[in-house]
Amino acid sequence: MRRLVSDTLVIAERNLVRLPRAPELLVAFTVQPIMFVLLFRYVFGGAIKTPGFSYADFLIPGIIVQNIAFGGFVTALGLNEDLHKGLIDRFRSLPMARPAVLAGRTLADVVTNGLSATILVLTGLLIGFSFHAGVLHALAGAGLLLLFGYAFSWVFAFLGMLVSTPEAANSVGFIAVFPLTFISSAFVPVHSMPAVLRAFAEVNPFTVTVDAMRSLWLGAPAGNNVWGAAVWAVAIIAVFAPLAVARYRRAAGG
Amino acid sequence: MPAEPATPTEPLTAGRQELGPSAAAVSARGLVKSYGSVRALVGVDLDVASGSVLGLLGPNGAGKTTIIRILTTLLKPDAGSAQVVGLDVVHDAARLRERIGLAGQYAAVDENLTGLENLTMVGRLYGQPRVAARRRGNELLERFELLDAADRATKTYSGGMRRRLDLAAALVAKPPMLFLDEPTTGLDPRSRLQLWGTIEGLVAEGTTVLLTTQYLDEADRLASEIAVIDHGRVIAGGTPDELKDRVGGERLEIRLGDAAQGEPAARALASMADETPTLAGDLVTVGVHRRAGVIVEAVRRLDQAGVGVEDIALRRPTLDDVFLALTGHAAEEQQDDQVAA
Repeated sequence: MRRLVSDTLVIAERNLVRLPRAPELLVAFTVQPIMFVLLFRYVFGGAIKTPGFSYADFLIPGIIVQNIAFGGFVTALGLNEDLHKGLIDRFRSLPMARPAVLAGRTLADVVTNGLSATILVLTGLLIGFSFHAGVLHALAGAGLLLLFGYAFSWVFAFLGMLVSTPEAANSVGFIAVFPLTFISSAFVPVHSMPAVLRAFAEVNPFTVTVDAMRSLWLGAPAGNNVWGAAVWAVAIIAVFAPLAVARYRRAAGG
Repeated sequence: MPAEPATPTEPLTAGRQELGPSAAAVSARGLVKSYGSVRALVGVDLDVASGSVLGLLGPNGAGKTTIIRILTTLLKPDAGSAQVVGLDVVHDAARLRERIGLAGQYAAVDENLTGLENLTMVGRLYGQPRVAARRRGNELLERFELLDAADRATKTYSGGMRRRLDLAAALVAKPPMLFLDEPTTGLDPRSRLQLWGTIEGLVAEGTTVLLTTQYLDEADRLASEIAVIDHGRVIAGGTPDELKDRVGGERLEIRLGDAAQGEPAARALASMADETPTLAGDLVTVGVHRRAGVIVEAVRRLDQAGVGVEDIALRRPTLDDVFLALTGHAAEEQQDDQVAA
């Protein structure tokens, strides 16, 4: 167990140390989310009615949840690369704890997710977003956000080992996750959608999580959303972590 | 193969670095592995004496990499068993990983980390404390002449530098047993010679090495024993000299002044040859038993037949000749049909 923790930290450190040296990744973490905030706020914002909230308040929790779900992309691309460049073979020939390669990757994602969420909140504050609930609620929201991002890291870890090239991971991930994030309450109120989409949007874990964030950060009525979001995140981890580990064993040739 | 049965009944303690000079560092029996319908290994026996170098020689897709992957615990065999430094590759896999080093076909280093960071990471994954791992990393970088590049991201390294770093990573834990999967494939001749020198240095210090190669000169230079692999089985084994002896004696090579004279030249030399002389362009190759007087006699016969000779030489058979004789095809020929290896 001590080996698992220390090996996981070594791998997480490896993935974080390389970050500043890969400028394209840094751009993905910083410039891109800022760009989306500005586009939505100023291009669509005027046309979208969000009763009870200013669009800036409405948008920030939604776009942060969307953004964090994609944080795990780095894991998909990185694992795929490691697999094909022989690094996974090297790791597997070492007397290290087996799950550490995946656990370290996803742990590193938590750090980068925290970084990009912070940048988004700061951007939000500049364009008119503000917290309407207490500090504890705001922190609970941050915690929920990181948990949700962590869950999607496992989805992407699985995906990264399922497909044969980083490009495939990119397009499959994009096609699978992007519509999910849009058919939700992230950018528009769900009651504005056609009935079928609306039915889907209401049970979509993204909607549940975004609504939970709005209640924790903006004081919106929560219903069961906070617990619902936590359960969704844990359920996603419970399904995809074992799938990813099994896939890792197989993909690595065992 | 020298069918010296190993002694798997007495596992050596994991802590001991020195095995006796005659102890088996690797002993594999009846290894079988299939990938779907592709039969990669169909029953491989191997022995590597401690302190020696075994070269697995064979074309692409012969099964060399599969053997390495099984012996380094990356892959479980479908059937058969293997011990490496006295530890079973399946049942003692975790302990075995502490005692082996693997340098792969692809230089498995993290391109975004520096040379030193790569080695430190590997050291820590062997369970070394950070400071000790860094110290060992620096030691290895110095030894492999990479100290100047220690703090550069490895994506800026040349191919040869990457291979050296990959090899250094395999040596972090001072393993008594080293596996090298095509260590010089794709390297330029100078880097290749350099890496050969490094490997020879490790062997001189007592490291046991099992390496795969498709280069006959590489096996000839590095290996004390060679196992020739083709279609998932060992088709021949022995020292490089033993293998060459199996192909027969000397090769007399005559370069003709005029390629059109190949036929009369072959006729003139037929009665002194072991087998029918072979013709390739202006080159006539004649297998002969004895050395003494052969050149003089050949020149005399060719002169009488009115064949002009550009050059004539007697050489020992190379492993190319061995491969051709054993498999009926040249070693390099198969490079294109890539079967899952």
